[in-house]
Amino acid sequence: MTVDSNNVLINFNDIYRTYYMGAEVINALNGVSLEIRKNEYISIMGPSGSGKSTLMNIIGCLDTPTAGVYQFESQVVCDLTGDSIVKMNDNELAKIRNKKIGFVFQTFNLLPRATALQNVELPLIYAGIPKSERREKAMYSLEKVGLLDRATHKPSELSGGQRQRVAIARALVNSPSIILADEPTGNLDSETSKEIMEFLDELHSQNNTVILVTHEPDIAKHAARVIQILDGKIDSDIRKADLVN
Amino acid sequence: MSLYALWGHKLRAVLTTLGITIGVFTVGSVTAIIEGLNASFADQISNLGSDVFYVSRHAWFSGYDGWLKSQKYKIIDVNTAEYIYDNAEYVEATSPMIRRRANLKYKEKSMEGIEITGVNHMMPIIEGTEISEGRFFSPFDVRHRKNVVVIGENVRKEFFPNTAAVGEKISIKGHKFLIIGLFEKKGKMLFNDLDSRVQIPYLTFKKLIERDNRGATIAVKSIHPDLLAEAEDEVHNLMRINRGLHPTEDDDFAINQMNTLMDLYNQMTGFLWAVAIGIGSISLVVGGIGVMNIMLVSVAERTREIGIRKSIGATRQKILFQFLIESMVVCSIGVITGLLLATATALLIQNFTPLAAKVPANWGILGAGVVLIVGVIFGMWPANRAAKLDPIDALRY
Repeated sequence: MTVDSNNVLINFNDIYRTYYMGAEVINALNGVSLEIRKNEYISIMGPSGSGKSTLMNIIGCLDTPTAGVYQFESQVVCDLTGDSIVKMNDNELAKIRNKKIGFVFQTFNLLPRATALQNVELPLIYAGIPKSERREKAMYSLEKVGLLDRATHKPSELSGGQRQRVAIARALVNSPSIILADEPTGNLDSETSKEIMEFLDELHSQNNTVILVTHEPDIAKHAARVIQILDGKIDSDIRKADLVN
Repeated sequence: MSLYALWGHKLRAVLTTLGITIGVFTVGSVTAIIEGLNASFADQISNLGSDVFYVSRHAWFSGYDGWLKSQKYKIIDVNTAEYIYDNAEYVEATSPMIRRRANLKYKEKSMEGIEITGVNHMMPIIEGTEISEGRFFSPFDVRHRKNVVVIGENVRKEFFPNTAAVGEKISIKGHKFLIIGLFEKKGKMLFNDLDSRVQIPYLTFKKLIERDNRGATIAVKSIHPDLLAEAEDEVHNLMRINRGLHPTEDDDFAINQMNTLMDLYNQMTGFLWAVAIGIGSISLVVGGIGVMNIMLVSVAERTREIGIRKSIGATRQKILFQFLIESMVVCSIGVITGLLLATATALLIQNFTPLAAKVPANWGILGAGVVLIVGVIFGMWPANRAAKLDPIDALRY
């Protein structure tokens, strides 16, 4: 599976995530090794409790593993093998989330009292980008999702699909390395779901790396590579190209 | 951008900051009053002169007991002033002072309960007063018990708003007095209105106004402020001789000087300060706890928002600052309200009471200081709590 290492975006090597609940030990991730390259379109599938959310949180640097090595692009997010423990601190993780990862959530997670434009601008504020440039980039991002005319609307004044598109605009605004979408259509009707999925497909075709987390096969099949998680382990990792071949 | 949450809860924010408002208001108004007192008090000290002292039966501010004891002493005779003047080396001027309240009349107009003081010709030197029109009375006027009077600006305004006062006659307790001079306008000092002064020769006073002999206070001016102590010493000895005291006997008189008044004033304002700072800091602590409470509620309510912000790259510091700034904004609402109320109070006092309250220029600094200190101290815990939230837990909230 060794490909041009320049193209490797994410490298998981024997990742564990262990929770201790009283005396009980739960291995949410139980030795996951995984490589994700640039411009891949991946869906991560699995029943609830399988560990797919934990996997997504770790990829998204919201959570850190308890064992294993995680490399993002060429940076070591954490290396917990052997005696030397290398781990990014909170600020470094925040920086990766800000610059490299664009989250799209099932529940949209927009700030309710801020306008669409302000929501899209928020990552740029944390990136320390000056106001005029911020406005420009946010408007461009809103334009990409076709919501320029809704810039001054608050989330409550938008439909579910529009809200998700604002969230996608927010995810795109810092030109991240990956789009991480957690059940992006979970709260949408089938018509709107289709629309959002078409949009994600388009993002992929524009050389973006997209990772979908879902339990719906219909949604998963948009991706070129489907990873099945079961009991904290990779159950299967299938590329469409392999199927065709 | 972090402040829009506050606007959603304006009433809550205002109620929360009531404690801070009260604290700032208390300290603010007391500062205004004390600043005002200071300004007029400095005036008064320079007016009465740092080289002047007063000999009377009882020591000022010696309390009720001191006063009661002094009432058994012999009264101080008006002639003592002349005795001191003739025998003391370090004394530039002396004058007896005898006071009564009396009604003044000019034609149909009258003024009631005006303080009339009987003094000698040296009083303007002692008090440092200027005559703006006419003249003060001479030794001749005093000796010959002339019915002459020198009046202050308030009396002139009342009786002679548009006409010349000097040369007119007013009646004091039914006796006609010729106005020979006007005191220069002086304004208010502490609790006295200097422009209400009415002075007549003390011998005329004894003849016409004073029926019972309650004795006098002797005002003494030393030849130089630096020689005040020497003059006091000298006068002290002269007084003992004058009153025929045996060396073993205690003084039956007291030498009072403005320092005594200054001490009392400092005590009084010190007490005011202590009370104000006490009330102020208690209110600020109560207000601060209110702010802390509201910030904790705000953090809890906005857990999800914090999660969202963290997921898109907000660092701990950014979240911490967001909530600290919010806490300071909440505080500043209280501080600004408090300062506005205190300013209004100061203006009311200025315009409707004889006290001069001054709005100090440094209130801005005081306010900013309170905002910073209270906002940061009481906002720190909630803000830190928000900053330390785990993004995953916060998003799931």
